[in-house]
Amino acid sequence: MQLTVWTYEGPPHVGTMRIATAMTDVHYVLHAPQGDTYADLLFTMIERRSKRPPVTYTTFQARDLGGDTAQLFQDAVRESFERFAPKAMLVGASCTAELIQDDPGGLAAALELPIPVVTLELPSYQKKENWGAAETFYQLVRAICGPLAPKPGTRREDREPNRPARCNLLGPTALGFRHRDDVREISDLLEKLGVIVNVVAPLNASVDDLRRIPDADFNVVLYPEIANPTASWLLRTFAQPMVKTVPIGTGATCEFIREVAALAGLDPTAALHDGTSRAPWYAKSVDSTYLTGKRVFVFGDGTHALAAARIAAKELGFQVVGLGTYSREMARDIREAAKGYGCDALICDDYLEVEAKIAELQPELVLGTQMERHIAKRLGLPCAVISAPVHVQDYPARYSPQMGFEGANVIFDTWVHPLMMGLEEHLLGMFRDDFEFHAEASPSHLGGPAMDRRGDVEAGTEVAVIEVPVAVETVWDGVPRWSPEGEKELGKIPFFVRGKARRNTETYAREHGVRVITVEALYDAKAHYSR
Amino acid sequence: MSSALAAVPVVIKPKNAGGCTDAPVLRERGQREVFCGLTGIIWLHRKIQDAFFLVVGSRTCAHLIQSAAGVMIFAEPRFGTAIIDERDLAGMSDANDELDRVVAQLLARRPDIKLLFLVGSCPSEVIKLDLSRAAQRLAGVHAPKVRVLNYSGSGIETTFTQGEDACLASLVPTLPATAEKSLMVVGSLADVVEDQFRRLFTAIGIDDVQFLPPRRAHLLPKVGPNTQYLLAQPFIADTARALEARGATRLEAPFPLGVEGTTAWLAAAAREWNVPADKLETAISPARTRATQALARIKPQLDGKRIFFFPDSQLEIPLARFLHRELGMELLEVGTPFLHRQHLASELAWLPEGTQLSEGQHVENQLDRCRAAVPDLVVCGLGLANPLEAEGMTTKWAIELVFTPIQGFDQAADLAGLFARPLHRRSLLAA
Ligand code: SF4
Ligand code: SF4
Repeated sequence: MQLTVWTYEGPPHVGTMRIATAMTDVHYVLHAPQGDTYADLLFTMIERRSKRPPVTYTTFQARDLGGDTAQLFQDAVRESFERFAPKAMLVGASCTAELIQDDPGGLAAALELPIPVVTLELPSYQKKENWGAAETFYQLVRAICGPLAPKPGTRREDREPNRPARCNLLGPTALGFRHRDDVREISDLLEKLGVIVNVVAPLNASVDDLRRIPDADFNVVLYPEIANPTASWLLRTFAQPMVKTVPIGTGATCEFIREVAALAGLDPTAALHDGTSRAPWYAKSVDSTYLTGKRVFVFGDGTHALAAARIAAKELGFQVVGLGTYSREMARDIREAAKGYGCDALICDDYLEVEAKIAELQPELVLGTQMERHIAKRLGLPCAVISAPVHVQDYPARYSPQMGFEGANVIFDTWVHPLMMGLEEHLLGMFRDDFEFHAEASPSHLGGPAMDRRGDVEAGTEVAVIEVPVAVETVWDGVPRWSPEGEKELGKIPFFVRGKARRNTETYAREHGVRVITVEALYDAKAHYSR
Repeated sequence: MSSALAAVPVVIKPKNAGGCTDAPVLRERGQREVFCGLTGIIWLHRKIQDAFFLVVGSRTCAHLIQSAAGVMIFAEPRFGTAIIDERDLAGMSDANDELDRVVAQLLARRPDIKLLFLVGSCPSEVIKLDLSRAAQRLAGVHAPKVRVLNYSGSGIETTFTQGEDACLASLVPTLPATAEKSLMVVGSLADVVEDQFRRLFTAIGIDDVQFLPPRRAHLLPKVGPNTQYLLAQPFIADTARALEARGATRLEAPFPLGVEGTTAWLAAAAREWNVPADKLETAISPARTRATQALARIKPQLDGKRIFFFPDSQLEIPLARFLHRELGMELLEVGTPFLHRQHLASELAWLPEGTQLSEGQHVENQLDRCRAAVPDLVVCGLGLANPLEAEGMTTKWAIELVFTPIQGFDQAADLAGLFARPLHRRSLLAA
């Protein structure tokens, strides 16, 4: 048993729903109690889909248990086949139905429907949403394309030299983080390069489209968490190579172009010099000097976290002080990357632990999911969202990809916006004693009053504590207290570095046995750390 | 019959005298597109401010509460899920030990918690994890600092608001006993509404009205053979039964929605307390007049509009009654997850004859009926709202009716406004 407050991923059947909902003619019959129908709102409210997900729930009740839940399931399959006339069906059990063991696959098979029916065995008490999506996509593609497979060992015919190369884009789903726009960006990029997009799946694909997957010369895996098992199977079965670079960030996009060009036998030069790529120049321009060495904390799904850390370190000149993921499947890659940045890796799906880590590190920018956005808000830290789990805000009306050159532009804007602009930071430093530029002022472009900062609330409590000096002085608990003057001096430091100053000073005080932090101690600490 | 009732300008039709008292109900079985009882935690944890709700369930349960709440604004909300994993499924003693460990961990982290609810889910019920025994055991360990109770919010046992019913029912045996005559209001109300009602009852001459659920775990209402209770919500069946087992008596009344409903609800108590008619009239007339005037301003927007209710909270029948009688709306179908005829007797009598009532759900069939009826306004859950809007219908999310203060005189116009707004908005966007 694990105590959970907020979860990063839903159960595995929600992953199946993301595949079914992405496609145009697949229906999913889920053996589940009524409450599980909440999952519909993820698609209709968060993603604002205009259609209900193609999912039928059996909604069995206690009185059905031990009685006719199996019949209920069979009726649901038959009825939804008749009503929705899908080209393929997915059947499976949610966590509760898994326990009652009705065998959805066997029950559905007994109906002998004239369409492919794919049974999904998703261990709900062990696996999660992304795994469920990956497994579903794999099982579905295998069911549809398996019969088309050449005999093992058959050599793939070489492409005729004059026929342009064709590839599939695999992995985009419903409820994905910017999948809709990534598909457009990468399709455009491939077109510029001279590669034909054969099938995009599962997003907006039909069952007939899946049947055409083997026609492509290679596969592009946009989201490894979802498409890796499928692409590996296609590699083994149809000898279709896969492009592994995920084109998030300018550097990765260029690598992606080279990798694709090599597979397609094309010259990448023109595509590499894309006129719309502005992020690298923006990062070089002088106003960006202030971005140098900003301490960032990165957390998200494996793919997006890795990409974000790379962009932060290599394309913006930030310092990655923490890197983590809730995708345990990618723990190894994250650990390795973290080592490269000289920071700790955090592999965890406990929101409270992530919060504690961020509070401890006091980064100047948090790059995370909607969860970290809330943590950052509470801690008064700037934040940008880089990964699922998603929120209605992650489906902007405008075109806003993460991938490709435009994606890099979007990322530059999204990450830099929450930070103080360079010139503004200097002015604030210069005028910080001016009454209008008091230390609590927030960046002008963010509007609203100064953010609610936990640190400041604590400061109030600490000051109150020193008003009873005797009690404090007799037995020292090892925790340094701030003197009112020290606290006041700390307040003069601009807020975007104040957290760091507070943390450094307290560490210094603890290590040097300083019980009360005076103005002197504050500057001693400053000198100590600037050595 | 006391004279108090005669003065009130509302007449409750006697039973079996028309309206929908004996109306046939369309009972359907199929996919039910409703939340389970766990959802009630979202408002209950705000109401009882030192209680914690620990769901013993699956990742699905945790995800449901998170998604239905729609907000993660609380750093550490007073609810959470002990997610059952494979190891727990291996053996029962194991699961109990694990639960004890999780509870200890939770209480160490949250010393502010005075009352802990262990909330059962479908998985915990199917594996027959006995949460009532667990609650007893844990109460022994953590008393007197923390009391531990249990109830089921599972989707196989409870539908949406029934979770609150189960929660309140679990509190009833712990209520202190009394022989005094007193009034208890049952079913959670927003604090602001509770305060208004308290003032009104005081003005009528009924003091010390008690509310269940209380705002704090230790402020439990007292109950006994002279307790009279009024239901503030229509979904409180099990709690009502438990209160009656402790001797309490229900005052028959419609629900305090709209001017009529609120008047009759207050009058039911006044009658029991033998409050003179003029005293009741004096006490309520300012608020009632305000509400009547405010409703008159909204009525033109709703008058004659046709409304269709999908089942959701069990509030559907009282809402339909209000919208029809006070705002002139035409009722196409009134769906409810459960129809409790006894508690809804006054409400059913007030519905226009021939209203199509439905209980339970077959969502696909109901959608077909809804499309065929071409309503002006559809009341439905979050899963259906946007798809129906995309089909050209105007919708009202049912869940808002549970989260918003809608009871009492001073909320009557707000309640009407919730239905008027989508129609108004559509007219703006069309222009
Ligand atoms: S219906 Fe059952 S399994 Fe689903 S969320 Fe509700 S309690 Fe959990
Ligand atoms: S702001 Fe946060 S909590 Fe609120 S709805 Fe959004 S993600 Fe959810």
